[in-house]
Amino acid sequence: MTVESVFPRLEALLPHVQKPIQYVGGELNSTVKDWDACDVRWALMYPDAYEVGLPNQGVMILYEVLNEREGVLAERTYSVWPDLEALMREHDVPQFTVDAHRPVKAFDVFGLSFSTELGYTNMLTALDLAGIPLEAKDRTDEDPIVLAGGHAAFNPEPIADFLDCAVIGDGEQAVLDITEIIRAWKAEGRPGGRDELLLRLARTGGVYVPRFYDVEYLADGRIGRVVPNAPGVPWRVSKHTVMDLDEWPYPKQPLVPLAETVHERMSVEIFRGCTRGCRFCQAGMITRPVRERSITGIGEMVERGLKATGFEEVGLLSLSSADHTEIGDIAKGLADRYTEDKIGLSLPSTRVDAFNIDLANELSRNGRRSGLTFAPEGGSERMRKVINKMVSEEDLIRTVATAYGNGWRQVKLYFMCGLPTETDEDVLQIGEMAKNVIQKGREVTGQNDIRCTVSIGGFVPKPHTPFQWAPQLSAEATDARLAKLRDSIRGDRKYGKNIGYRYHDGKPGIVEGLLSRGDRRVGAIIRAVYEDGGRFDGWREYFSYDRWMACAEKGLAGTGVDVDWYTTRERSYEEVLPWDHLDSGLDKDWLWEDWQDALEEVEVDDCRWTPCFDCGVCPQMDTHIQIGPTGKKMLPLTVVNK
Amino acid sequence: MQRIRLRYTKRGRLRFTSHRDFQRAFERALRRSAVPMAYSAGFTPHPKVSYANAAPTGVASEAEYLEIGLAAVRDPEQLRAQLDESLPAGLDVIDAVEVRTPNFVERLEASEWLVRLDGVEPVEAALAVARFLAEEKVEVERRTKNGVRVFDARGAVAALEAVESQVDGVTDTAVGTDRDVRTGRACAILRLVVRHATPAVRPDDVLSGLRATADLAPPVPAEVTRLAQGPLDEESGTVTDPLALDRAAAPAG
Repeated sequence: MTVESVFPRLEALLPHVQKPIQYVGGELNSTVKDWDACDVRWALMYPDAYEVGLPNQGVMILYEVLNEREGVLAERTYSVWPDLEALMREHDVPQFTVDAHRPVKAFDVFGLSFSTELGYTNMLTALDLAGIPLEAKDRTDEDPIVLAGGHAAFNPEPIADFLDCAVIGDGEQAVLDITEIIRAWKAEGRPGGRDELLLRLARTGGVYVPRFYDVEYLADGRIGRVVPNAPGVPWRVSKHTVMDLDEWPYPKQPLVPLAETVHERMSVEIFRGCTRGCRFCQAGMITRPVRERSITGIGEMVERGLKATGFEEVGLLSLSSADHTEIGDIAKGLADRYTEDKIGLSLPSTRVDAFNIDLANELSRNGRRSGLTFAPEGGSERMRKVINKMVSEEDLIRTVATAYGNGWRQVKLYFMCGLPTETDEDVLQIGEMAKNVIQKGREVTGQNDIRCTVSIGGFVPKPHTPFQWAPQLSAEATDARLAKLRDSIRGDRKYGKNIGYRYHDGKPGIVEGLLSRGDRRVGAIIRAVYEDGGRFDGWREYFSYDRWMACAEKGLAGTGVDVDWYTTRERSYEEVLPWDHLDSGLDKDWLWEDWQDALEEVEVDDCRWTPCFDCGVCPQMDTHIQIGPTGKKMLPLTVVNK
Repeated sequence: MQRIRLRYTKRGRLRFTSHRDFQRAFERALRRSAVPMAYSAGFTPHPKVSYANAAPTGVASEAEYLEIGLAAVRDPEQLRAQLDESLPAGLDVIDAVEVRTPNFVERLEASEWLVRLDGVEPVEAALAVARFLAEEKVEVERRTKNGVRVFDARGAVAALEAVESQVDGVTDTAVGTDRDVRTGRACAILRLVVRHATPAVRPDDVLSGLRATADLAPPVPAEVTRLAQGPLDEESGTVTDPLALDRAAAPAG
């Protein structure tokens, strides 16, 4: 049965909305496959605006991996802005994919990638616009399987009611495995309907189907246990790990949008995973072990990607890019290759201790020498021990001194506020650090106009980290602490004017905390917020703290728990956490010990260059560290067309 | 430095491309197809591209123009084909000449537009056109960044007529393949020639004028396509090819 494009109906609405180009598709390197020639069809969503969702690497990779397969089709869909949403409701136009403008409801799988919990309300908008029942229990064989992935899926419990299933970890192989299960089930004539399909998926042990697990609560509101309620369904669901990144050189053909998006560059993931062991960092905990892409593999991806896109900048992505064992040769190799093409290189997430000036010079060779960004995260030495971000102030000062000496004039520093055991004094140290940076810069350059910007975000404790038991700092306390820091910086006559101060207030962090460490009872809040008009919670102009709190009061009525219980409460060792049955490989006892070490300000090293400290991931997931150096070099390209 | 003038289109769904979007897409296409661009001097060198008179977002066009500067000599036709290949379907490069004459922008005196009014009876449209043309001045309002602006939409109109549907197939090629589903419904088509003046009078403004003079109110947004821009032949009210001079100035052989 061919599915009709909704474009003719959508097109009539487009002259009335902002930036209509984001809804028309047709991006370079996008794919439209024949509907009838495919037997498994995926609609992939990044539940945020197109400008944020399009450059998302996860969606782009899966889109390509799926479309490369014979008989499999994948199309993309993004959140529509409220102006178009209103028109779509008025004119009865359903949620559509941007590739062939097919209705999302017609697909076999509706897969959503959640980088952040703040996309949950957008998922409900999309489901409703698609004509798919919001709650999984109300869906029929006519509806797609609604599947969540991405980092937030490591605790899918708050959205358990809305999901048919969730997959944690790397998606490349997982989507293909799921595809085969769906294909076989369809070929057999869909025996047992969607329940049977979900059962088959759940029995693999790699797909979490919330409805096959019952959550029992204790009288005090904590979870008693989580029990499988269907035969053959495992007690715990494992994360997926892709080994050998060189075998997965995706995206090969990155999408190039016509509309302007947040990242306009050719991104190459140079390694996956991080074992630095920063205790606040969920990404670093759940993506272990470290798996490097080889220098030659990176060179090939960049070359092919630039040819396919025409981008002017290459981003070398990872959780801590300067930690690649051959980063120096990679940066130099790329800068050499693309000098004439004026291709810039960027390296997000650079650690102070891994930074060196040769690397920085290579990175800025074909572009500007604007600013350097580092993330000490904690203002005081003590705080950095607690979070295990082992960067000393001396390291930082030495690094910035070299940078200023080499022509840089601006340094940006990222910090967090509200970390476990933090006091006002720890946060006020942030200002001191900024002053020392400027002082050093003036000394080295002999100039007064040295700038240092400090940017501060509120800390939100995340599942599968040593801080999963930690109390979150209340919004009021966060705001008060940040105000003290602001006053101390502004009041400084010698340096105050040279320090830029950016911070976020504590309120969005509380909602994020609620959604991060929530359980199934939080689903009622999300639904209430959506029904009250909540959308785009990651956007300041749409986020409403008051709405979330009002809906929480209603949604949690009768449960005996409240927002504080989920956020500012410290958990104990015995407590069953909502995500305990989702296995990230991390040993819970190791996490607890690391939490205790944090409280005692004891640091732990990186297992890439010290012996294994038994976090549990490698034996549990049957994986291992894959790092260089390979000793290979990135050779100059043969010159053509010149 | 060799300079090339190119004519390109914005067709079908890609008419929703804004001019800024097009600029980025075009500069990436230059990189993908390894065109030997000349770069501006300065701290952040930019490829030498100048754009003339872009059609508004949402308006299709068969006649947009730009000029590029090359660091090495290229055959215009080959370059055209190469760039066309590199751009998404709908943003098509359809003509190229080597620059041999100055003052190109001044040559773009007027534009010819095709305005498709779905749900409007051709008779009704013809009547409205007659009323509009009978006026000497038709004041219309347009919302701008600086508030509402009032100006005359009649003076700049060199020609306006209601034409038979399906004028030489142009509408069909212009709207792409997923649109032949329209059946049966009334549809009026206007051909409009407007002089490029200050303030610029857009097809939208003429539609406002038709509403003001004859209460013409299309039930769905008009679909507008720029068919041509170039020198205006006042007598016949037609717009001619702005690249003709460069072509004629070609060295013999």
